[in-house]
Amino acid sequence: MAYDTIITFCDGTRCMHTQGRALQAVLEQELERCQIKDRVKITLSGCLGMCDKGPIMVVNPGYTIYGNLQESDIPEIVAEHIVKGNPVSRLVIQEDHLYNRFFRIFGDAKFFGKQMRIALRNCGIIDPENIDDYLALNGYEALAKVLTEMSPTEVIAEVKKSGLRGRGGAGFPTGLKWQFTAEQEGPDKFVICNADEGDPGAFMDRSAIEGDPHTVLEGMAIAGYAIGAKKGVIYIRAEYPLAIDRLYKAINQARKYNLLGDNILEAGFDFDIEIRLGAGAFVCGEETALIHSIQGARGMPRPRPPYPSVSGLFGKPTLINNVETWANIPVIMLDGAEWFSTIGTEKSKGTKVFALAGKVVNTGLVEVPMGTTLRQIVYDIGGGIPGNKKLKAIQTGGPSGGCLPEDYLDTPVDYESLAAAGSIMGSGGMIVIDEASCMVDIAKFFLEFTQNESCGKCTPCREGTKRMYEILERITAGEGRDGDIEKLERLGNMIKKSSLCGLGQSAPNPVLSTIKNFREEYEEHIREKKCRAGVCKELIGYSVNDNCIGCGACKKACPVGAITGKTKSKHEIDAEKCIKCGMCIATCKFDAIIKA
Amino acid sequence: MAEKINITINDKPYKVDDGLTIMQAADHCGYHIPRLCYHPELSIEGACRVCIVQVEGVKNFVASCCYPASDGMKVYTNTKELRQARRDIVELLLDNHPEDCHTCERDGNCELQRLAYAMGIRKMHFSGERKHYEIDISSPSVVRDPEKCILCGRCVRMCQEIQGINAIGYAHRGFNTVVTPAYNMPFGESVCSHCGQCINVCPTAAFTETNYTQELFEKLNDKSFTTVVQIAPAVRAAIGEAFDLELGRNMEHETAAALRRLGFDYVFDTQFSADLTIMEEGSEFLERFQSGGKLPMITSCCPAWINTLEIFYPDMLANVSTCKSPMSMMSNIVKTFFAQKKKLDPEKIYSVAVMPCTAKKCESVRPEHYIKGLRSTDIVITTRELAWMIKSAGIDFVNIKGEAFDKPLGMSSGAGTIFGVTGGVMEAALRTAYELYTGETLIEIELEETRGFKGIKEGIIEIDGKHLNIAVAHGLGNAHRLMDEVRKDPGKYHFIEIMACPGGCIGGGGQPYPCVNSEPLDEVCLGKRAEALYGNDRKNTIRRSHENPEIQRLYREFLQKPLSEKSHELLHTHYSPKEPKGIIHNQGVIKV
Repeated sequence: MAYDTIITFCDGTRCMHTQGRALQAVLEQELERCQIKDRVKITLSGCLGMCDKGPIMVVNPGYTIYGNLQESDIPEIVAEHIVKGNPVSRLVIQEDHLYNRFFRIFGDAKFFGKQMRIALRNCGIIDPENIDDYLALNGYEALAKVLTEMSPTEVIAEVKKSGLRGRGGAGFPTGLKWQFTAEQEGPDKFVICNADEGDPGAFMDRSAIEGDPHTVLEGMAIAGYAIGAKKGVIYIRAEYPLAIDRLYKAINQARKYNLLGDNILEAGFDFDIEIRLGAGAFVCGEETALIHSIQGARGMPRPRPPYPSVSGLFGKPTLINNVETWANIPVIMLDGAEWFSTIGTEKSKGTKVFALAGKVVNTGLVEVPMGTTLRQIVYDIGGGIPGNKKLKAIQTGGPSGGCLPEDYLDTPVDYESLAAAGSIMGSGGMIVIDEASCMVDIAKFFLEFTQNESCGKCTPCREGTKRMYEILERITAGEGRDGDIEKLERLGNMIKKSSLCGLGQSAPNPVLSTIKNFREEYEEHIREKKCRAGVCKELIGYSVNDNCIGCGACKKACPVGAITGKTKSKHEIDAEKCIKCGMCIATCKFDAIIKA
Repeated sequence: MAEKINITINDKPYKVDDGLTIMQAADHCGYHIPRLCYHPELSIEGACRVCIVQVEGVKNFVASCCYPASDGMKVYTNTKELRQARRDIVELLLDNHPEDCHTCERDGNCELQRLAYAMGIRKMHFSGERKHYEIDISSPSVVRDPEKCILCGRCVRMCQEIQGINAIGYAHRGFNTVVTPAYNMPFGESVCSHCGQCINVCPTAAFTETNYTQELFEKLNDKSFTTVVQIAPAVRAAIGEAFDLELGRNMEHETAAALRRLGFDYVFDTQFSADLTIMEEGSEFLERFQSGGKLPMITSCCPAWINTLEIFYPDMLANVSTCKSPMSMMSNIVKTFFAQKKKLDPEKIYSVAVMPCTAKKCESVRPEHYIKGLRSTDIVITTRELAWMIKSAGIDFVNIKGEAFDKPLGMSSGAGTIFGVTGGVMEAALRTAYELYTGETLIEIELEETRGFKGIKEGIIEIDGKHLNIAVAHGLGNAHRLMDEVRKDPGKYHFIEIMACPGGCIGGGGQPYPCVNSEPLDEVCLGKRAEALYGNDRKNTIRRSHENPEIQRLYREFLQKPLSEKSHELLHTHYSPKEPKGIIHNQGVIKV
């Protein structure tokens, strides 16, 4: 059947939540009604990355992207665009950057403006639930090539040559890890995909799997061949139902096509993958805790060495890589390590996916070559800070990362540079913070998370992060004391150096980095009992200025009756009664209420 | 010989064996790096971080308990930075620990207290919220006080790795992490065997025995009761440690003297009833052996084993000897035979047992051991509790002049003595069974097969041309392994001895707190305690239970003969399957 139009719905978790599927139904009805159903194909795609504009619908040819759609928009699009060929301009996403550009040139070109999609190369392009879509874009060709043309040693050499480093956070050279596991004797080895993405606000792994599950399977199978493993396990958190569903479908399809299972592609190589669900503990992203969890035990890390490459799952040599790392493997095998290693910086090769969030115009997934600066990501790709606000900091690396101030905007994102600046790459969280945020409060937020997620095993992390959190609570409540900053530093440095696993070793980072870069805010909180961003409730007071015309709107809005004043004369706020809820500010039309 | 490697510790060069951890290497070089969660017989946890050291070229501190020493490594154990970090780590533990040292059971004998002193913590910097938990007193034997727990995890590893019971584990995360039975159920309703090994390895007072000393002091002052006490063999081999005496000093007569000074009217010896147990159990075995009864027969003296049996091996109840333990046999004889002799009202006899064991507390409350509505053993205290009572009453235990036990229940053979060591019951039983079966006296009286601390000991004893396959397990983990073997091959053994605690009763959960001069599970310590008992056996002119004249008299005057009707009434018991929450037999279904 020949189609002249293909309409693709973004079927990522976020778009689905915003009624993407309902739109699809309306569209089908509408096409039926106009009797043009035969010439229009409807497909689903993984996350396009334009999460703040969902639900998204793409019409091809023409690469027209519609966003923020409602059911009532559909008949107009069908009538005007599909039937008459005139895109409905008021609904088209007009921004001229990566989102639409990478569509137009996908397949051949290497670069899409500032963004470059390797790990996410198929996301948003293929139907993730259809293996044929993946196959059509060179899917499983890398596996076929490896099985038929390369020895395991050559595969590992290629990965090493590519310079690929672990995308889970630590940045350990992937090829070395493969080599260590391959060097272990014995027939029983395991390959594990770490999809236990737990950073608050991060969704790189989820979107990568939802958009292109097969690339992960292919990457794992290639590794299985390289290190001599017959069994792979994907450890994914249970709160990713769509990703899990797509993985199951992908595994079944791959088995059917003999791309998983016994004697794959008749090359004498057996490899199969099973899925294990995690219960959503952040610490289970730590490899030894993850292994314990797969084994049915409580997810608690154990001291290393021995590393999993020597003694991992069920005591067998085990290779663990993160989702994004796996997604790079087929590309490296097909396009070659030499090409791959031209991307990025000297020590950090390839691209990195970030979940861009916070006070930035375009939030969503971005994949950029290593070495792209924070400024390029935030301003060129992210579109800058909304509301004419000033950028205050960029938090990278998730809850265990650090906050970098504006001066660091030209820091290139790569493992070394971010570490040198006092933050980490982490798994790819990137949160933009504007001047309306209080840095002490931000540090407290992240520490609360890591402190709650501590497994409780080692003393520094279990007890120490709690004490740090208590000190931060005190400071933000206006009860900070002299010496608190020094205590935070003393505890923080001790916890970093003494904790058992990466969670504890990085948990103090948000605090230490904000002390380093925003020490004056801490000092203001402690000495002047002042929160310059007006976030810490205990430290702010509301008052009325001379703009007040005595309209009485604020008096009505105040839930606790803290505002008094006669009509047409300046009102007053009783600080004793005021609960600092902000209702008065929201109500006042004359900017007469100030918060300080 | 292991290869040697060169390392430097604090800039001093040393040659150490290859394959050691930094901590082990440092131990050999005269350093004792502070430690807490580490225990040489348990798996490496690396949790407390007290044993951190600096290694040149490694960014972070490393836990010396688990980090391998390697050739050319430069280790620093005592730098300024390290001292502060270590101090702060121990302070963090103290910050979340009740400040009740003066009123704590382990005051003066607490590893955390010592560590805090050694770290020089004179001031708290980081105090904040403290955890609050109810004390769990649901178990008749072991008290669980999670507020005092510092989460070193030794108890969890002990229960899991050595005992194979898994009664406790971690629950919740971060600051809320707690060691608790499954489903946070009361400890007394869990699969706990009551062995008390968690107490032995706990550095603080998070686990203690259910303490009955105050109640006992009251009874000792109540003149309307006749107070009768018995002490188990293993008590005398270890109680001296609580008074800083050298390991393995036999304090049998000193203990008897101290018990009289505490106010007991009669001081008896559980070794007497151990002899009695042998008469019954040996006869029971021979009866089974000769008349095709259920074999292998498994010993029943150990209450923690019996608890484990009823929970995990309900299919094997019939394999276990119906004999009560020596403690319960003694108490029953006290409230019947002895009461008749002395014309005492059994209700006015207060029968006390001093045991190396916490599970005996549980045994004493079992309804099966009641006799005519009366508890046969009214109270059980551990070696630790007795040591405390002696100190508390102001008795000079170290210099006291020894005294003999009272008659008639204070006389024992060497066979009764060695009950306190793993393999001892088997050895004692065979000494008697051999003679009962063949009519000849066993010449080679010391059985090498049953001695030593190998987890499972096996041997073949020839009796009258027949081969008797025996096995001895100590530590419940070994018991599990042995039972799995029996399930697989029921005909493999004829007679099995099981003791729940590593080393047998000498390593019991009620023995003096470690860490002054001993360490739980330490074979040197266990070996010296064992030697105290084996030495006593060798010194005794009577070394076979059936030769004990008081035993002979008891049968003559009261019980008639082993396995008589009277014996069955007083000295034998029965078992029934137990199903704590989470366990359903033969179904693999979890009952929640």
